[in-house]
Amino acid sequence: MSARVSIQTEDFNLAQEIERLRLNDARVGAVCSFVGTVRDTRALTGQAHDEVQAMALEHYPGMTEKSIEAMIDAAHQRFDIYQARVIHRVGELAPTDQIVMVAVTSAHRGESFKACEFLMDYLKTQAPFWKKEHTPQGAQWVDARVTDDQALARWGIQAAN
Amino acid sequence: MMQVHLRYFASIREALGCGSEAWQTAATTVGALRTELLGRGAAFQCLAADKPVRMALNQVMCQPSDALTPGCEVGFFPPVTGG
Repeated sequence: MSARVSIQTEDFNLAQEIERLRLNDARVGAVCSFVGTVRDTRALTGQAHDEVQAMALEHYPGMTEKSIEAMIDAAHQRFDIYQARVIHRVGELAPTDQIVMVAVTSAHRGESFKACEFLMDYLKTQAPFWKKEHTPQGAQWVDARVTDDQALARWGIQAAN
Repeated sequence: MMQVHLRYFASIREALGCGSEAWQTAATTVGALRTELLGRGAAFQCLAADKPVRMALNQVMCQPSDALTPGCEVGFFPPVTGG
C-alpha cells in the first residue's frame, strides 16, 4: 500500500490521488474527498485590512506524521472504509493555493463521507500545524477556533486544542 | 537531574528565538518542567500558566501530570491551526 500521509511543500493533484486510491480495488463504490485552500479574507468581507497576501505553514516534523497516522487508524476503527489518504502542505502559500487534502474510499458513500469529515475535524484540532498570515498590518499567527473543538466533540472526542 | 530535549514552535519559537535545545531539569513531570522554564527570564513568560500553551511528550499530545524520562522530547506550542 502507498503512503497514507504526506507532508510536503509541493502542490498535489486530487484526481491523481483519487485514482491511486480506487483503481485496482473493485470493492470501492464511493470516494469522498475534501480540499482546504488559502482564503483571502478580503474577498469575503471587502475590507482592505482583511487582506491575506500570503500564508506560512509551520509544523512539528515527526509528530505531524505520527499524529495523522493515528487519526487514520482511528478512522479505520470507527468506519467501514478501505483506504484514507491525507496530504498537507507546509511552507509559503498564496491565496487560492491548496493546503490540505483528505480522501477516503469505501463500499458505500455514508462511511467515506463520515470518515472524511472525522479526519478533517481531528486534524484541525490535534495535528501540529500553525498558520501565519501575512497582511497589510504585518504577519500574524492565526488563532485557534473554539468551533473546531466543538466539531471534534461531535465525534465523542473531548480533546480541547 | 536529567537531560531532556526541548522543542518550540510557532509564536513560542519566535518569542524564545530558539527552536530546540537540550536542558537539564530537576522536574519530574511536563507541567513542573514548564514552571521551571518560567524562571529562565522574561522571554519564557510565553509559557506562563495563563497562556494557551499545548505540550507534547515524545511527539504525542500530553497532560501536565505526564512523567518525564531521561532523554525525552518535550514540545511546547500554541493551539494548532492547520487544515
